[in-house]
Amino acid sequence: MKPRTREALALLPSALLITAGFTAIFLKRSDFVGNTSLIYGGAFLALCLVGHLVIRFTARNADPFLFPLVALVACFGLVELYRIDESFARSQALWFVIGLGLFAATMFALRDYHQLERYRYTIALGAIVLLILPRFPLIGQATNGAYLSIKIGPLSFQAAEFAKIGIVIFLASYLRDTRQVLIHGGRKVLGVSLPPLRHLGPLLAIWGTAMLLLIFIRDLGSSLMFFGAFLALIYVATGKLRFPLIGIGAFAAGAYLVGSKVGHVQDRVAAWRHPFDPILFGAADVTPRPPEYGTSYQLAQSLFAQADGGLFGRGFGQAEIGTTISSGGDVTTPLLPASQTDMIYALITNETGLLGASAIILAYLLFVHRGFRVAILARDPFSKLLATGLTAVFALQVFVIVGGVTKVIPLTGVTLPFVSYGGSSIMANFVLLALLLRVSEDARRPT
Amino acid sequence: MNTQIRNLFLVTVLLFGLLIAFTSRWTVFGDESLRDNALNRRDLIRSERVPRGRILAADGSVLARSVQQRSRDTNVKSYKRRYPKGQAYVAPVGFSDTTLGQLSGLERSQNDWLAGKAVKLATAVDKLIKGDQRGDDVRTTLEPSVQQAAINGLAGRAGSVVALDPSTGKVLAMVSVPSWDPNKARTSPDYFSKLNQLSRTHPLTNRATQDAYVPGSTFKVVTAAAALDSGKYTPDTIIDGSNAQSFSGHVLNNSGGESYPSAPLRTQLTHSVNTAFANVASDLGKATMDRYMKRFGFGDLPPLDYPADQMRPSGEFLAGKKRGRFIPATSRFVDVARLGIGQDKLQVTPLQMAMVAATVANGGRLMKPHLVDRVVDADGRVQKTVDPQLYRRVMSSGAASDLRSMMGDVVNEGTGTAAALSGGVQVGGKTGTAELNIAKGLNDLWFIGFAPLSSPKVAVAVVVENTQGFGGPVAGPIAKQVMQAALQSGAGR
Repeated sequence: MKPRTREALALLPSALLITAGFTAIFLKRSDFVGNTSLIYGGAFLALCLVGHLVIRFTARNADPFLFPLVALVACFGLVELYRIDESFARSQALWFVIGLGLFAATMFALRDYHQLERYRYTIALGAIVLLILPRFPLIGQATNGAYLSIKIGPLSFQAAEFAKIGIVIFLASYLRDTRQVLIHGGRKVLGVSLPPLRHLGPLLAIWGTAMLLLIFIRDLGSSLMFFGAFLALIYVATGKLRFPLIGIGAFAAGAYLVGSKVGHVQDRVAAWRHPFDPILFGAADVTPRPPEYGTSYQLAQSLFAQADGGLFGRGFGQAEIGTTISSGGDVTTPLLPASQTDMIYALITNETGLLGASAIILAYLLFVHRGFRVAILARDPFSKLLATGLTAVFALQVFVIVGGVTKVIPLTGVTLPFVSYGGSSIMANFVLLALLLRVSEDARRPT
Repeated sequence: MNTQIRNLFLVTVLLFGLLIAFTSRWTVFGDESLRDNALNRRDLIRSERVPRGRILAADGSVLARSVQQRSRDTNVKSYKRRYPKGQAYVAPVGFSDTTLGQLSGLERSQNDWLAGKAVKLATAVDKLIKGDQRGDDVRTTLEPSVQQAAINGLAGRAGSVVALDPSTGKVLAMVSVPSWDPNKARTSPDYFSKLNQLSRTHPLTNRATQDAYVPGSTFKVVTAAAALDSGKYTPDTIIDGSNAQSFSGHVLNNSGGESYPSAPLRTQLTHSVNTAFANVASDLGKATMDRYMKRFGFGDLPPLDYPADQMRPSGEFLAGKKRGRFIPATSRFVDVARLGIGQDKLQVTPLQMAMVAATVANGGRLMKPHLVDRVVDADGRVQKTVDPQLYRRVMSSGAASDLRSMMGDVVNEGTGTAAALSGGVQVGGKTGTAELNIAKGLNDLWFIGFAPLSSPKVAVAVVVENTQGFGGPVAGPIAKQVMQAALQSGAGR
């Protein structure tokens, strides 16, 4: 079977799934079961087909599984968002259209992605500016004490989502250049051969940047994501395990220092260790005062929601999230705050159970598998490093947010790619997908 | 480079495996403690959408029901609990309120029925088709006339009354004073939080199952049961009950300095002679006392269909620096002579003493006390019936019969005459006066008993807290009113 035919067929299950999901929610609301769910399913299939046609025209040999896997997790997200509130699903669908536009633009414009190498310092600078901007007054904006988004007028923008791609492009290009030097090294210090300072400098700078990120944007999750991708790349580039090991040690030391000094990170760690502490939780001892959210409130509710789901889940639309709509039309879910973004995995677990949650993790794992496969098949070092970096940063993002929600690591606010509500995340991840497909097309094109 | 990329994928597999492992931990393996966590209000919120079943008295009068309310702010329908009898039944029935996050008493122990969670197959199909759920009704064994007689008898004095049907274990009345008003608690949060702070009168605790009292002379019934059933004694065995004997190096006196140097066991009980029963207990020994106490249910949580954390065991209680613990009567810390007269370190609940009286009344067979008579679903189908169930065989029917007649003497000619019923109905009983503050003359006053003497239909335990006087004259009349009400209502229907 040709790769594109395979891809088109693989999209059908996602469309069926989304139709079934919407139907389930309509049934729960039980006023009517019209053809609306079919319309949603059809519209979703149409969108997917557009994406498929774009790939067919621009990268006909590219990996056939990446796009259907994205469609699969995306339909999980859309159904859950619709279940929280219709308005979320509608805006999210719009973001998908825009994201798909950006995807098409990248696919058409970047036929030769190697030209990215020429702009690597510009891209690196841009990424760092993006990361630091949220800390500036007027445009910067803090969410739960972390500085992750830029707000210009009514538009809010998650800078880190785009910065991650820029940083991966820079690192892939930079390490392609310097990997030989890093491998062969210069002086020996304490029995470990270190590369010359000229090349070590930028690497130290990256470690420093990760530490600064911790202090600056106060977000353990994003720093872990960036630094993790960096370590993955340097490991693949040099083939030496000692670099990532030293890196992990350095990051751990830095994170420990920052964690014990910076109040916000400290709070996060405390909430992670004792989520049910009544004080951290913000339990109202004298009821019925409405519960004020403590620092561990969100994590505790996440665990409660997962326990509520059990093995098979409560079914779509059956989780208790306490939806309230303010007079301004803002939808909040006080029983599972930020259920449309940070907590969407907890909501999915609540409604589809361990089985549904495992299915989505498995879908991500398959995506990561295909991503690394692209890297293995790629024919030149830059392509290999680029695909590795993009895949690694994607995998780490999933790990950071799902790990946070399931109390593997302290909870930090990054999005679950293609599932969480939010335009920046959708757009950035579509660009990431486009780059991966471009690398794959180059690798699999018959010569 | 490809080897490294493969290794990276393996690391990803490990990391994602960790995510699934943790998700399994919260959803499947460790979910119970998360569901039970007091901070988790999901079950409570869900339960507001389903009308809870009613809780009914034995005659069908409503003790608790759900009423639909529509919130003015959110226009959301929800069900709230009403308690038509106010504070009269709050001790056994308990309290359910989602806003306050409270669930206690039968409301808690029968929650699965009331909330419609415990579903049998036949109704499960119905519920699938009809969709709308409704909790099952729980009909209790509580007799309104008996409950009311107990409340009237205590007349606002702090204390507790438990009345049992000795042959079935039905709880006919369970009263704890001071009480509180669950309807007021629902509407006025200040009222409820104040109740929580009243540590001295602690109205929120159910005195019948949760409070520890010194049983005093009522415990002589346990000693007498051990003596008779062990075969070493008959009601006519002569015992030394002279005043001021020394036990464990300390002098023990009789009430009012009375002295019965050589009188039969029967007489010693009639006049509640301390030294006589101290001699009996010493003679029987710790092991025998321990065996009979265990048979009566001491040392265990009562087998009542009531939340475990709203009950406590009865028995010898060794106070500790941080927290005390129950010890068997065989412990070296126990002074068996003083145990035999209900002193030493004994701490008992009114429910336990009612169980003692019921055992004697029921020919030595202790029936499982229960508050639930049956569960009926919304369509009137009986979902569950609670049948009388033997809990322990404590003593032979012969020993029990002897002890009954001895307890009849207590009411006819001894310390318990105030409990005697008119109309020729014979009563058996035992008084108790546990000294709290000798200087002020404050005591916990007890009466346990049953009627009619020949074939008892009701057994009762009454305690009045921290009052001057003696058990007979103060607690006796309350027991009398309760037993009279029980016999008139034809208890044990």
